[in-house]
Amino acid sequence: MSNYIKNFLKFQPLLSELVARDVKIKYRRSVLGVLWTLLNPLCMMIILSVVFSNIFKFDIENFPLYVLSGQVIFNFFNDATTSSMTAIINNAALLKKIYVPKYLFVLARIFSSFINLMASFTALLLVMVAVRAELHWTLFLSWFPLLMVVVFSLGVGMLLAALTVRFRDIMHLYSVFTTGLMYLTPVIYPMSMLPDRIRSIVLLNPLTNYLEMFRNLAFYNTLPSFSSVVVGGLEGAAAIVLGVYVFYKNQDEFILNI
Amino acid sequence: MGNDAIVTVDHVSMKFNLSSEKFDSFKEYVIKSIKRQVSYDEFWALQDISFEVRRGESLGLIGLNGSGKSTMLKIIAGVLKPTKGTVTVRGNMAPLIELGAGFDMDLTARENVFLNGALLGYNRSQMDAQYEDIVSFSELGEFMNVPVKNFSSGMVSRLAFAIATIGVPDILICDEVLSVGDFRFQEKCEERIGNMQEKGTTILFVSHSLAQVEKICDKIVWLEKGHLKMFGDAENVCRIYSES
Repeated sequence: MSNYIKNFLKFQPLLSELVARDVKIKYRRSVLGVLWTLLNPLCMMIILSVVFSNIFKFDIENFPLYVLSGQVIFNFFNDATTSSMTAIINNAALLKKIYVPKYLFVLARIFSSFINLMASFTALLLVMVAVRAELHWTLFLSWFPLLMVVVFSLGVGMLLAALTVRFRDIMHLYSVFTTGLMYLTPVIYPMSMLPDRIRSIVLLNPLTNYLEMFRNLAFYNTLPSFSSVVVGGLEGAAAIVLGVYVFYKNQDEFILNI
Repeated sequence: MGNDAIVTVDHVSMKFNLSSEKFDSFKEYVIKSIKRQVSYDEFWALQDISFEVRRGESLGLIGLNGSGKSTMLKIIAGVLKPTKGTVTVRGNMAPLIELGAGFDMDLTARENVFLNGALLGYNRSQMDAQYEDIVSFSELGEFMNVPVKNFSSGMVSRLAFAIATIGVPDILICDEVLSVGDFRFQEKCEERIGNMQEKGTTILFVSHSLAQVEKICDKIVWLEKGHLKMFGDAENVCRIYSES
C-alpha cells in the first residue's frame, strides 16, 4: 500500500501538468482564454432561461434556476465520464513508451471536468443573484452533493476507460446512453409531473438523488434526509469499488490492446 | 552477487497474441466466444532470458531487427509486464525510448519541458532548477515559446534528449536515440552519456551501431529471435557478433 502512495506522490506533479494541459489547449488562441470556462456556462444559462421561461412552463417557482441546476450536475457527469472513457486510448502513444500509472490519465480528465463544474457552479450563483433568488444558509452545504457526484463519476469513468480499451463499441453506445439518461434525470421536468411507474424508474437513477439533494440545499432551504445521504454515499462508493477493481484487473493488458 | 545488482532479469518470457483474432467489438467477442473460436496465434518475443546488470555497469543490447531488444527494454522500463519471470530494478529510471513520445504537439517547447519532466517524475521546482540547462543543451533558446508541432524532427529530439538526461538517474534507458541529429549533436549526446556514466549511472543501450555499443558498454546481451544468444564482456561479444 505504501508503495502505491509513494508512486502517486512521485507522479502527482504529472497530474497537475495534465490538467493544466487540458485547460490550456482548450482555450489556446482564444482572446478571452480561460474566462470562457465561466462565460460559456453563463451564456448557455441565459439561453436556457429565455427558452424555459417563455416556451415551456411548469408550475415551478424560478423555473430557469431549476433547469440550470439540473444542467450543472448532469453536464458534469456527462462531460467527466465521456472524457474519461477515452483517457486511456487517447494516450496510447505515451503509455506504450513510458511507465506512468495509468489511472492518472482518468483522474486528470475528471479534474478538468471538475474545474468546469466549479465554473458553471459559479455561473449558477451569479444567475441566482441576478434573478434575486432567495439565498439560504444551506447553500453553503450544496458542495456536498456535488462532491458525491464527482466520486460517482470517477468510479464510472474508471470503469468506462478500462472497458473501452477492450470494446470500442462503448464509445458509440455511450452517447446514446447518456441521451437516454438525461431524460431519466429530472433536469427539465419536475418530479411531481411523473406518473407513478415512471417516477420509480427515475428514482432508481443515482443522479436523481444527487440532483434533488443539490436543489434542496441550494434553493429550498431543506437538508437532505439521512437515507438519501446514505444511499448517495453508498452508490458513490459502489461505483468507485467497481471501477477501480475492473481497471486494476485489466490495466496490464491495456498496452496489448491500444 | 548481493545488492550491487541494479537490474535483475530472471527467466523472463514475453508472449504476444497476434492480432489475427483481435476483436474490437463486443458483438464479435460474444459471437466468437459462443462458437469457441477465441484462439490466438501465439508469438514468443522473448524466451527465458536471464541476466544481471551491476551498479555503474553499462549494458548494450544487440541483435537483428525483431530479435526482441526493444521488448526487453520496455519490460525493464515497466511498460510491459512479462508473461513469465520477473524483473527487479533497484533505483530510479529515466526512459529515453523513442524521443519525443511524451510531447504534446500543441503545447510550446517550454510547456512541454514541464510536462515531460512530470512524466519522468520531477516536480515543478526541480524542473525550474533544470530549465536553463535544458535550454542551453538543446540550443533552442529562441524557440522555447513556439508550439512543438512547428519543430523539425531534429529539434524535437534535441529537446527530448536534453529533458531526459537531466539530473543523475540510477538507470538511463536509450533505444536507438543517438542516431538522430547531426554529427555534432551526436557527439554532444555521447559526451553527456559519458559524464553520467562517470557519476555512476547505469546505461541500458540499444543500437545497431556496433562501434557505439562497444564504446559505451561494459557488458552486452546478444538476442536472436527472442533467445539469449550470448551474455558477456563487450569486447568478446562484439568480436563474435561481427564475425557471425
